[in-house]
Amino acid sequence: MRSSVVGVLLVLPGLLLVAALFLYPLSFSLLSAFTQGGDFTLAHFDKAFELYSGDIRFTLFIVLSSTALIALVSIAIAGALTLSETPWLVAILRWLYRWPLFIPFIVAAQCMRTFLAKNGLMNNSLVAMGVLEPLQTTSLLDWRGIVITFVWKQVPFVTLMLAGAMASLDRATIEAGRNLGASRLRVLVELVLPQVAQTLLVGLVLSFVTMLSVLSVPLMVAGSQPTMLTVDMGFRINSYGDYATANALGVISYVMTGVVAWIYLRHQIRREALP
Amino acid sequence: MSARSLAGVVVKALCLAVFAFFLFGPLANLVLWSFAERWYAPFKLPVTYGTRYWEVVFRPTGDAMSSLATSVGIAALTVLFAILVSVPAGYALARLKLPWRTGIMILFLLPQAFPSVAIYINVARVFYGLGLTGTIAGVVLVHAAHGLVYSVWIAAAAFAAVDRDLEHAARNIGASPMRTFATVTLPLAAPGIMASAIFVFLESLDEFTGTFFVGVPQVTTLPLLLYSASMGGNYQIASITALILLVPSVVFMFAIERFLRADVLSKVGQ
Repeated sequence: MRSSVVGVLLVLPGLLLVAALFLYPLSFSLLSAFTQGGDFTLAHFDKAFELYSGDIRFTLFIVLSSTALIALVSIAIAGALTLSETPWLVAILRWLYRWPLFIPFIVAAQCMRTFLAKNGLMNNSLVAMGVLEPLQTTSLLDWRGIVITFVWKQVPFVTLMLAGAMASLDRATIEAGRNLGASRLRVLVELVLPQVAQTLLVGLVLSFVTMLSVLSVPLMVAGSQPTMLTVDMGFRINSYGDYATANALGVISYVMTGVVAWIYLRHQIRREALP
Repeated sequence: MSARSLAGVVVKALCLAVFAFFLFGPLANLVLWSFAERWYAPFKLPVTYGTRYWEVVFRPTGDAMSSLATSVGIAALTVLFAILVSVPAGYALARLKLPWRTGIMILFLLPQAFPSVAIYINVARVFYGLGLTGTIAGVVLVHAAHGLVYSVWIAAAAFAAVDRDLEHAARNIGASPMRTFATVTLPLAAPGIMASAIFVFLESLDEFTGTFFVGVPQVTTLPLLLYSASMGGNYQIASITALILLVPSVVFMFAIERFLRADVLSKVGQ
């Protein structure tokens, strides 16, 4: 047998699994979103926008602001790990930041459900330290809770990628910048970040898609209204058996992912076009 | 030490303390709830502590123990299934001539690049027609497909990192291709495959969304038990279940560097 035939045979079981559990359901979802009784229609999208346009905006807002915060915090931590001249700070930070890396979203959601509540440990600690008055405490279990949970969970992942990329940079340019009197912030923004932008973008795109897929966090951390599209999809199915509207919402979330993927690919192509 | 550098140390230590507070605060709250027998407002800390709920959870006949057994069983079957599929696929991707190799690599990634809830609701619908909803087999299939990108990509990287000269040497002294694979290539790739197995095991143990749509109501894994306990206001049971899921994740995070060596890691996705 030719080796390419053997190769295809060896890959085949995996490909079949992807076809059966991803491609087939995906075509099902597109079909159900765009057709009614076999004919093409956009009626399901009308209904989806009519009922859930608020939640579509809410979802976009949550995911975009979480992504921005993740970028900011990750750059700060990875920058400190790379540029700090205080060994004990770097050692402690390196040990600290990775903890949530593999903690499941549902566990993070349960942690935050108690931590961020009006009588949760965060408010209680701040009151005990005298930072807040008891009457000033509020529950953060709404959009803020979702954003905090997402940032808490995804920062270690993006930081890990970013710190890895920064560690493999040529130290000479950083030293040169420092010797010429540039502050560490300036070295980070003008010398280091442009060289690791690619890695940062990959980490943020992956986080974006992950956050669009999470069901447990919006279910457990925030109340029922407004909520994220994942919860709405589950609700349409479990309460009404309404696959058409649920799949229309699904297609809307594909479009959000698609736009992000397009930005990433465009960036990639522009990079490859450079001499 | 000058006053200025002392102030610098204080500022750095304060920043670290604030960071640690937000990092460990939520986890500390979880641990407190698991040992709180009574805790209500306005008390800042539990009113009475105890291990009563731990006894409830670890009672051999309790819901939690049967959920734990279900979860571990499903995760073990998922690993077995994923390894059986990904070792041949990983070897072919790393070593053999394959048409559209890049396309195949991307195809394995694609399920991760789509918002999964929209896919799972349709998987559940397809499975309903096949009688697979609410069965262990259905949940294992969903978990295996979810973990496939990790297991295939890491297996491919592990095989790619094996030194070809060692394989050629084995062939030169008369070993058959199968024997070379079994006695040279596979053992050398084993640590990477082990890492992918642990990864798939954890992903399955922690998986909520797919099980939520495909497994209910018959299959109750730990994440589903956590969810229903938490939504029912039973924070002690929810917190203890969360801790059971948390420990392997944190241990794995600190141990992963031993399994995934840098030479394998640098080949992931290539």
